[in-house]
Amino acid sequence: MNYVNKIKIIRPILQQVSIPALILLLTFAHFVAEAAVLAEDRVDVMTHSYSGGGVTAQGPALLVRKGNDKSYSAFASYYVDNVTSASIDVQAQASQYSEKRDDISLGVDYLYNNTITTASFNNSEESDYSSDSVNIDMSQEFFGGMSTFNIGYSASNDIVKRVDNDFNQELNRYRYRLGLSQILTKNWIISLNFESIAEKGYLSNAYRSARVLGAYVPELSPSTRTSEAYSIRSLTYFDWRGSLRFDYRFYTDTWGLQSDTYEIGISKYLGEKNILELSYRMYSQNKANFYSDNFTAEMVYMTRDKELSTFSDTTLKAKYTYHMFENDSGFFSKGNFTVSIGLIQFDYDDFTHYRTGEKYSYTATVAQILLSLWY
Amino acid sequence: MLYSKILNLLFIALALFLTGCSSWEPWVAPYEREILADPIMSFTRQPSIDSHYSHVYDVREGSHGAGTSVGGGCGCN
Repeated sequence: MNYVNKIKIIRPILQQVSIPALILLLTFAHFVAEAAVLAEDRVDVMTHSYSGGGVTAQGPALLVRKGNDKSYSAFASYYVDNVTSASIDVQAQASQYSEKRDDISLGVDYLYNNTITTASFNNSEESDYSSDSVNIDMSQEFFGGMSTFNIGYSASNDIVKRVDNDFNQELNRYRYRLGLSQILTKNWIISLNFESIAEKGYLSNAYRSARVLGAYVPELSPSTRTSEAYSIRSLTYFDWRGSLRFDYRFYTDTWGLQSDTYEIGISKYLGEKNILELSYRMYSQNKANFYSDNFTAEMVYMTRDKELSTFSDTTLKAKYTYHMFENDSGFFSKGNFTVSIGLIQFDYDDFTHYRTGEKYSYTATVAQILLSLWY
Repeated sequence: MLYSKILNLLFIALALFLTGCSSWEPWVAPYEREILADPIMSFTRQPSIDSHYSHVYDVREGSHGAGTSVGGGCGCN
């Protein structure tokens, strides 16, 4: 059975079962043998960087979480991207630029009758793009904590602009998600997730051009897009004080784009205070219906967005965590220090370099340094 | 539609099963979950790092969803 037929079967099922599943979630809350637990109070201070394809993006990030241990846990995060871009798109039609993106999130987890409800707000601002979103999620444990069911919804409003004129367009996005985490054995847990995203508004890039017989023309994408993503994650503990993780995600949307993502990761204790994690991720997608590197005739919808082309990428990631301290007397009860580095190789099948005409590819480096303190 | 009806019936059957089984016990008892509470058995051990990777992929790949990220923003030109 091909992907399209699978989706035709799965889509109406998910649409139909979500309401009965929610009723089940609310009706049988009393089967929870163990009370749900709120996240621990913590602060994360991180510096992050991305470098590749002529783009660098770096900056700090801060996450603070504080609650009363009984009924609520509030959280706030602040994330900065200082971007300098001379990407291949920018090189082809413009000159290098720099900009800053600020991202702020505020939210609260509320525990009532063994159900955790999370409400949060997110704002992202940069010179030519702003986004506001509200998110609500519910999480409920069942069967003595063996199963955890999640349901969530997000709505966002984006404004797409240009820095060189008064171009201003709107984009609305709605996200629906369902999830189930299941303990299978005393050392094996799996997670199943589904998310559908509906977008309506300006879905093109205000700067990018398509190419028709070698000539550049403004790109235009359809004004609606609906996507569905299904994922399964597995995590197993082994006697050698390590765990093995496997993730798979299938994605499809109404633009004809489909993708598969596989990731395998291994975590291992080295002594009492060190954790080493290695992971390998493979991603591949086919192109959108209205993508071409160089159109032979003008179409209604046309794009040369390389993110909508046929391509694959692979990530090799290493992460090392040092457990600094743990005590009951000081203000901070626990502290961890983490360094992470990843290499991503992008290989495009039908996107060519504007000057050489060869298939485009590049390697990117992603790095984070993280200090986590619990209190 | 047949599949959704079957699944709805399964939910109802599950509900009836639960109401009749108040003595139901989980096959992994709470005292057997020490391993599952270990930090390396968490899907979201370091949310700040996960969130950064999600953003890196979201703006460079055509796919998104069913992962760890919510919220918006672009940073993609």
